[in-house]
Amino acid sequence: MSDCAARDDTAGEYTADEMMTITAARTLAAGMTCFVGIGLPSAAANLARVTHAPDLVLIYESGTIGAKPGALPLSIGDGILAQTADAVVSVPEIFNYWIQPGRIDLGFLGAAQIDKFGNINTTVIGDYAKPKVRLPGAGGAPEIAASCREVTVVLRQNLRAFVERVDFITSVGFGDGPGARQRLGLTGAGPQRIITDLGVLEPDPATCVFVLTGVYPGVSVADVKSKTGWNLEVSARLAEIPAPGPGELSALRALVAAEPATEGASP
Amino acid sequence: MAQIVSLAAAIGAAIHDGDTVAMEGFTHLIPHAAGREVIRQRRRDLILVRMTPDIIYDQMIGAGCARKLVFSWGGNPGVGSLHRFRDAYENGWPGPLEIEEHSHAGMANRYVAGASGLPFAVLRGYRGTGLETLAPNVTSITCPFTGEELTAVAALRPDVTVIHAQRADRAGNVQLWGITGVQKEAVLAARRSVVTVEEIVDQLDPRPGAVVLPAWTVTYVAWAPGGAHPSYALDYSVRDNDFYVAWDAISRDREAFTRWLDTEIRGEVPAR
Repeated sequence: MSDCAARDDTAGEYTADEMMTITAARTLAAGMTCFVGIGLPSAAANLARVTHAPDLVLIYESGTIGAKPGALPLSIGDGILAQTADAVVSVPEIFNYWIQPGRIDLGFLGAAQIDKFGNINTTVIGDYAKPKVRLPGAGGAPEIAASCREVTVVLRQNLRAFVERVDFITSVGFGDGPGARQRLGLTGAGPQRIITDLGVLEPDPATCVFVLTGVYPGVSVADVKSKTGWNLEVSARLAEIPAPGPGELSALRALVAAEPATEGASP
Repeated sequence: MAQIVSLAAAIGAAIHDGDTVAMEGFTHLIPHAAGREVIRQRRRDLILVRMTPDIIYDQMIGAGCARKLVFSWGGNPGVGSLHRFRDAYENGWPGPLEIEEHSHAGMANRYVAGASGLPFAVLRGYRGTGLETLAPNVTSITCPFTGEELTAVAALRPDVTVIHAQRADRAGNVQLWGITGVQKEAVLAARRSVVTVEEIVDQLDPRPGAVVLPAWTVTYVAWAPGGAHPSYALDYSVRDNDFYVAWDAISRDREAFTRWLDTEIRGEVPAR
């Protein structure tokens, strides 16, 4: 990550991944309910919970509602999630009663590939029948993307990941453009931001195509364009996103450094 | 009525070559000891069903037990790829592997339909995704009341479901708690079931939030303490995250995997 490392007067050196996670955490408001995937989304959501949004409700697809892990879990079903949850429900229940009716404010997803309409691929790179890379597949993402009130996607930006058209639609963003979500009967508003290691992209309300709305300190628009596989337009209100504050950075590092959850057995 | 037997006897009696087998447990309570016993008994041509194939099916696929995998997320959680699954699917080693993939919501609802004795379940899902056109057990359906277009998924009816639980009593009543995933539905959807347990007790103390499977819904109960490892059993063991990380190197290479199979599985003392 040293290629994007930057210097900040208050917080010192930080990596592009740290900037990405902190930016994602800042978008989470106190009191929200947030459906969390493992990896970058989980790190960001837990950072928000231990900093500015202590009452953020984290929901993992293992059925743990209101989990409050002190360290980042390795899987969505680590014991620490069940032990700190407000409620633990079955897997059919988490999808049918909690996601499907639109009870969750925000779905927080990762992706292997994403396109200009915010469609997500986590299934295959290349042809489905003869893939170049076989990826893990859908998991809970298709229904999270369909039915959470809105979606945030977090992933590192490069030409392999940011493509004109995904090789496979695992989870629908804006489909083939305006009106597609309504035609498909998808009840949530869809992806409202893509947070990367370079900046933030948001959908143009008229075209549903993602445009650049924010860059990190030291990142140029040309950098971002060169790592985007579609003709990336730049918003008239392009902002420079503030560098991490010292509190944010130390909280994130403490979370990452905390001993991985070994809970599961009785004390 | 559940019979309490050894793990080897339970697997031997319940699982036959060519069966459709669901071994469930969502990160927690994964029935690994049973999976190893299936490998040891050299079952072949199984249709393996599981939301998250995980290390348990990576091992069974690498050992040549499976001809087809039905799943919704096939990775090593928090670590990366399932290399044995990918080698079988992409390169046909040790044999070809057919796949059928779904979303978690689709798989969960397929078990619910099976447990409910219904031919299908209805959900809002799959629409607009590549999965909608791929999976043979997914189609659209019009709501007879509102006219809304919804998705129908066919019921899952495994020949056998295998799960791991914390406890059973001597009559074979089973109790599990913590993250209980889709295990109740998977057992009730299946024709036969095997439950391995950490402990067999005289009496099951009531536990808030626990799932209880009465003895008459279970075919075999087998005592297999530590039988979830490297997964865990809440209040008995912890998730061995180091093993999940270590599995990446073992499974990446055919020789390393074969060595693991020879020393850790085929050389293991047979289960009681």
